Amino acid sequence: MPLISAFVFGVVFALGLGLGGMTQPARVIGFLDVAGRWDPTLLFVLGGAVTTSFVLFPVILRRGAPVLGPRFVMPTRTRIDGRLLGGAALFGAGWGLAGYCPGPAVVSLVAGTPATLVFVVAMGLGLVLGQQLSGEGR
Amino acid sequence: MNATEAFVPLVGGLLIGAAASGLLLFNGRIAGISGIVAGILPPRGAEARWRLAFFLGLLVGGTLLRFTDPAVFGEPTRSLPALAVAGVLVGMGARIGNGCTSGHGVCGLARRSPRSLAATATFMATGAITVYLVDHLLARAF
Repeated sequence: MPLISAFVFGVVFALGLGLGGMTQPARVIGFLDVAGRWDPTLLFVLGGAVTTSFVLFPVILRRGAPVLGPRFVMPTRTRIDGRLLGGAALFGAGWGLAGYCPGPAVVSLVAGTPATLVFVVAMGLGLVLGQQLSGEGR
Repeated sequence: MNATEAFVPLVGGLLIGAAASGLLLFNGRIAGISGIVAGILPPRGAEARWRLAFFLGLLVGGTLLRFTDPAVFGEPTRSLPALAVAGVLVGMGARIGNGCTSGHGVCGLARRSPRSLAATATFMATGAITVYLVDHLLARAF
């Protein structure tokens, strides 16, 4: 059951990214182009996604446990350190350069554009490399 | 910007929020895509199964879109070398910073995590700076 549920929410997540416009790198770049021809429409994606989860998360977490599992698995780190900010800075540079973040890039794989595949393969390499650099198991 | 231009992205955002909330409610997990993808790459963790299921869901959702609304897919606008560099930066940065647009930007803000707010502000800023450098400064120089 947990696998079916994860699958279904993956499908819904992908539909949201696609309808939201996140699978169009030119629009993402337009959204980040605050000094040029700024395209504010993606604010509605972010706003819609954050507002929904901002309201629902506390309600959900009030339950002692998830519906299909023993406990909620939440991030435990709380420190804002150089690693967090450095990683986020690199991430943002790549995001602005390509116009893809991880979810939309994966969803766009099915469109069959070779350039998307190049990005995703490089991203996989970066994930493995970053994992080794941060030297932590999962 | 007309009403449709704002409305469709809003529906997309609501679906993303619903999916993130659903994964938390049913699986007790944070929908962080970079962590999910990293979890199915080597070295594979113990939690690879649900991550793989979610990943397959992303691909199936993409396939549904491809057949119903193919216009949602736009081709990358940068050169292949630029995309390769960008991909490595996105992957490395997400792993080092423990999250990406979904994990920090959506779920982290929903958890009211100061760490995620700091990360989100940082990647928005460097994203905007990068677009400025590439599309304004460099484009003007060449």
